Amino acid sequence: MRARDRVRKQYWNEPVMGWWERLYLPEILRGLGITGGVFLRNMWRWTTGRKGALTTYYPEETRADYAQGNRGKHILTQRPDGRPQCIACNMCATVCPAQCIEIDASFDPADAAHPKSPSRFEIDYSRCIFCGMCVEACPEDAIRMVKVVPELPSADRGRMWITLPELLTWQPARDVAKPYPPHPGGPEAGGPR
Amino acid sequence: MIQDLVVHLVYIGYALTVLLLFGTVLTWVERKQAAVMSDRIGANRAYIRIPFTQIKMIWWGLFHGMADGLKMLVKEDWKPAVYDKFAYALAPWIVFTPILLVFAVIPFGGVLDPARLFAGIPALAEWFGGRTYQMQIARLDGGLLIVFAFGGISVIGTMLAGWSSSNKFSMLGALRAGGQMISYELVMGLTVLGLILIYGTFDLNAIVQHQSGILLGFLPAWGVFLQPFAATLFMAAAIAENKRIPFDLPEAESELIAGFYTEYSAMKMGLFMFAEFIEIAIIGALFTTLFLGGYNLPFMNDAGFAFPGGYVVALPHGLVVVLQLVVFLAKVLVMSSFQILIRWSLPRFRYDQVLMFAWKFMLPLTLANLIVTVLAVWWLQ
Repeated sequence: MRARDRVRKQYWNEPVMGWWERLYLPEILRGLGITGGVFLRNMWRWTTGRKGALTTYYPEETRADYAQGNRGKHILTQRPDGRPQCIACNMCATVCPAQCIEIDASFDPADAAHPKSPSRFEIDYSRCIFCGMCVEACPEDAIRMVKVVPELPSADRGRMWITLPELLTWQPARDVAKPYPPHPGGPEAGGPR
Repeated sequence: MIQDLVVHLVYIGYALTVLLLFGTVLTWVERKQAAVMSDRIGANRAYIRIPFTQIKMIWWGLFHGMADGLKMLVKEDWKPAVYDKFAYALAPWIVFTPILLVFAVIPFGGVLDPARLFAGIPALAEWFGGRTYQMQIARLDGGLLIVFAFGGISVIGTMLAGWSSSNKFSMLGALRAGGQMISYELVMGLTVLGLILIYGTFDLNAIVQHQSGILLGFLPAWGVFLQPFAATLFMAAAIAENKRIPFDLPEAESELIAGFYTEYSAMKMGLFMFAEFIEIAIIGALFTTLFLGGYNLPFMNDAGFAFPGGYVVALPHGLVVVLQLVVFLAKVLVMSSFQILIRWSLPRFRYDQVLMFAWKFMLPLTLANLIVTVLAVWWLQ
């Protein structure tokens, strides 16, 4: 194809440059002024102890714009005496589509009302998909999900498990939606334990 | 004499330390400044842990440059099946060495008088006697010519790298580098001709000393005030010479992978990168020396300050030496930072635009600048 046959396509928003833009240098200086201004503004923020960036440090900071409905962590509710409300029925582990819940049950003949309880309750967060089906499946309202995002990033998958001590950090005072009713035969009800 | 040898060995050690330090630190400055310019945080994860403690020195990611260097040193030095192994191995050095050598003629301080500096230690002062030294590795009458001579050598290394890699992308990059660097070298040389006419010397130290005077009664007689046009054009040509954005056509990633060093890996590739970063500092040093009064503060000379209006402030020799060293480094750092600002602000040219810019825009402007300077110098004499 000869050079003069090549016709450059004309666009409807073809930029029109005046003589000032064609001088090139002033526009470059303007651009440098903009980027340099951003640089100085951000440096001023950093030096005065504020944050001069839009970035969120990932594990160190939590993003402020997580969705209202975001539930990032499981929690085991507790009886008034602090033991887990879980009866180790394995329903959550069965329904879990990611198969990331592992429960070992223990037996306590002294507690006639709730003889079964978990001796080991672990969730593998490297596999959990946060679907909430465990919460729906639980017959005892023992597992819930809270808005916390756990600090799990690690170079090792073995460290991405949450175990019983961390699951039992539920604070009923801050979760007033469904307070646990008093034990039917407990000391608050007047009966023997 | 043995004293001269000692002093110059110290100078060479200082120059090498400064250059290598700048090369390392500028990688960090580049990352961090780019991040801050675009509302990001930038590299901040590499750290050095003090042994036997849990104290981690992060220092705003300052050690990322060290991590990079270490990575490049321990990486596999993969060699392509090239037909000229010698040229392939030689090329990074031909790019790297001349850039270090350029610094030999750049003055990084004024006159050093060891006898006055070590007045507190009589034995040392007596040993040096009345000798004085320019703070410059090699004081040459043709210093500026040496700068351009060595600057021209790195083109050979670039083209050698592209040619010997037996890779089409490398070859294209090398051709582009050759065309671009030779075009802009011409522009660069012509821009400083105006300064040489005004100062009447090629000696960089004499050029700096000329700039400590007063211009029009209130301005420091810096080259940037005498030749503002030349300063702008010199900066543009120098960035093009260093093959950085907006003139990074020889290594345009989106077109040529990595251009002339596509086939290089590990520290050989690192040498190209390192050379680029050291050249930022060298360009900063050259610009400082030619246009920004070199190692002196405004109105400052080797004896102290001489402000407009006839106020003279004398300073002790030790203070002057330290001040000059620090001022030079600070100016170089600011100019390097300015180059990084340009690199992260402007988009890349097209290759035909690069050459068009050199030959149809900058060359006529430099010639016009030269003619005006010639007429002005002739008229003033």
